[in-house]
Amino acid sequence: MNREVLVDVKHLTHQFHLTKKLVISALDDVSFQIYKGEVFGLVGESGSGKSTAARCLMNIYQPSAGEICYDGINICDKKQFRKNKKILQAKRQMVFQDSASSLNPRMKVADIIQEPMKINHVVPPRGSISKEAEFQMEYVGLDRSFLERYPSELSGGQRQRVAIARALSMEPEFLVADEPVASLDVSIQAQVINLFRHLQKEHGFTFLFIAHDLAMVEYLCDRVGVMYHGQLVEIGPAKEVFSNPGHGYTKTLLSAIPIPDPIRERKRKIQIYEENDWTAGEMQEISPGHYVLEKKGGNQNAEA
Amino acid sequence: MEKLLEVRNLSVSFESTKGEVQAVRNVSFSLDKGEVLAIVGESGCGKSVLCKSIMKLLPKSARIKAGTILVNGMDITDYRERDMQRIRGKVFSMIFQDPMTSLNPTIKIGEQIAEAILLHDKRKTKEQVYKKVIELMELVGIQQAKERYHSYPYNFSGGMRQRSVMAIALAADPKILLADEPTTALDVTIQAQILDLLREIQEKMGTATILVSHDLGVVARAADRVAVMYAGKIVEIGTAEEIYYDPRHPYTWGLMKSLPYFSKGKETLYTIPGMPPSLLDPPKGDAYACRNEYALGIDYEEMPPMFRITDTHYAATWLLDERAPGIIPPVGGKMH
Repeated sequence: MNREVLVDVKHLTHQFHLTKKLVISALDDVSFQIYKGEVFGLVGESGSGKSTAARCLMNIYQPSAGEICYDGINICDKKQFRKNKKILQAKRQMVFQDSASSLNPRMKVADIIQEPMKINHVVPPRGSISKEAEFQMEYVGLDRSFLERYPSELSGGQRQRVAIARALSMEPEFLVADEPVASLDVSIQAQVINLFRHLQKEHGFTFLFIAHDLAMVEYLCDRVGVMYHGQLVEIGPAKEVFSNPGHGYTKTLLSAIPIPDPIRERKRKIQIYEENDWTAGEMQEISPGHYVLEKKGGNQNAEA
Repeated sequence: MEKLLEVRNLSVSFESTKGEVQAVRNVSFSLDKGEVLAIVGESGCGKSVLCKSIMKLLPKSARIKAGTILVNGMDITDYRERDMQRIRGKVFSMIFQDPMTSLNPTIKIGEQIAEAILLHDKRKTKEQVYKKVIELMELVGIQQAKERYHSYPYNFSGGMRQRSVMAIALAADPKILLADEPTTALDVTIQAQILDLLREIQEKMGTATILVSHDLGVVARAADRVAVMYAGKIVEIGTAEEIYYDPRHPYTWGLMKSLPYFSKGKETLYTIPGMPPSLLDPPKGDAYACRNEYALGIDYEEMPPMFRITDTHYAATWLLDERAPGIIPPVGGKMH
């Protein structure tokens, strides 16, 4: 496969200093690559560092160590970042988890969608900025009449669509969505996921999708990375990871996907993952492109 | 079976500037001792309002228009706030969706549980209360209860917080537990643990539980019976097996089909077309008709009654009328 690497994360570490003495490592030596045009999923329980990783990728946080290369530009290096800031900020866009708090309640939907284009002085391909906003609204499946409304007048699913339209108005090359469906209803979740899939196919942008709902990740993503306590424990093609999980924690996560079948569901035992002597190990390739973190000296694969 | 809670023809409306919002329309169901009834539906279909109207925790703009709520055979529909305070906690208590906002961030977890115990029994001594708190914390699966007694909510993870909220809800040994989306804010792995805990408590203490959720996958694990709500009405009710293996209402089909489990290997996930109707002015016939691909002409004209399928399984759809054309349900059947 001659796929181009778009985002290259090398030994990324991010620490939060809570007090002078207490330091929490949200990310601990995480390395992964995202290829151009793929949908990369990042899963793990809350507090495992998924969002921190996304925020580091978007330059919202400055990582403590390690480097992130976006299209050859080291965005952790302040000098290089400042030099390329304009391009970088226009090409990368983000959709946040909580659409209620990520949209300005005092701005109309039309202004929200137009704002990034105004900031970046984009020459609108469809004549005017307002026409562009109309186009984006229709693109994400919302009626034009919503443009004159405020976010508080919209439902959760509609607000999330506005957030997506805002991100897409810049025609990004790289889109990060941090748990975009977690706060939505099941039927609305399916709508938003369908929309992402459709848009990704049409635009061909590279997509980092963060979620804790594995069923959705399995459905949407090409490749998946599993995070646990700030470390990447498994990475590989979605089909491989879901059909043949290598790491104990991935197995636990997979066993937790609910099945809509009462008899089978009640019998199903949830595995609980106990980290006994958790020490950093090394990534081992168990099949092409499928890497699993193994303990030093331990042979987890033997029992699997 | 003993009927612990019976709701008959309950209608609840909200007063708004645009008119009357009919959030719950003519809902009837009953809850037996020691069973788990799940209420499923999209957001805005009146699930939470139904729970809150049983607890009488509705805002002032809401009004119970018709119907009766019987608890243990007692009619509590006209109870005033003072009477309600006496039975809240002892007869029924509630677990809310977000465990972070339902705990006080400045008070220790143990003290918050103790507060709930003292509120219902002021004669208990300090030692007795402390013992009961530790007991409750162990019951809901908080390990090292004695050390955790002095922790604050921010020291706890989401799952642990939800466990503490459950301990508070169970402080006065309620007969009925209302859980309003208890797992929505939690991770997948924790979600299953909390559901198992709900079941365990229900088996140990014999509490009847009403579990509100929008996820049929979650409900399958915990529920004995399932009620599907749409636009303020119960459209289908039956045992879990009946609802999952033999669903009859098109809305239940739609909800099932939109789970990613049923779209494995397909290009797009199924979605129910359209939006739920506004409850400000609900449509004349079946509220689901305009989103229903199996809608009949009569659906737009007349509200379907509850058709009986078995003694426990009822559904409100004209498809069950003997004159309706036979339709093979798109989901259901044994999935073994």
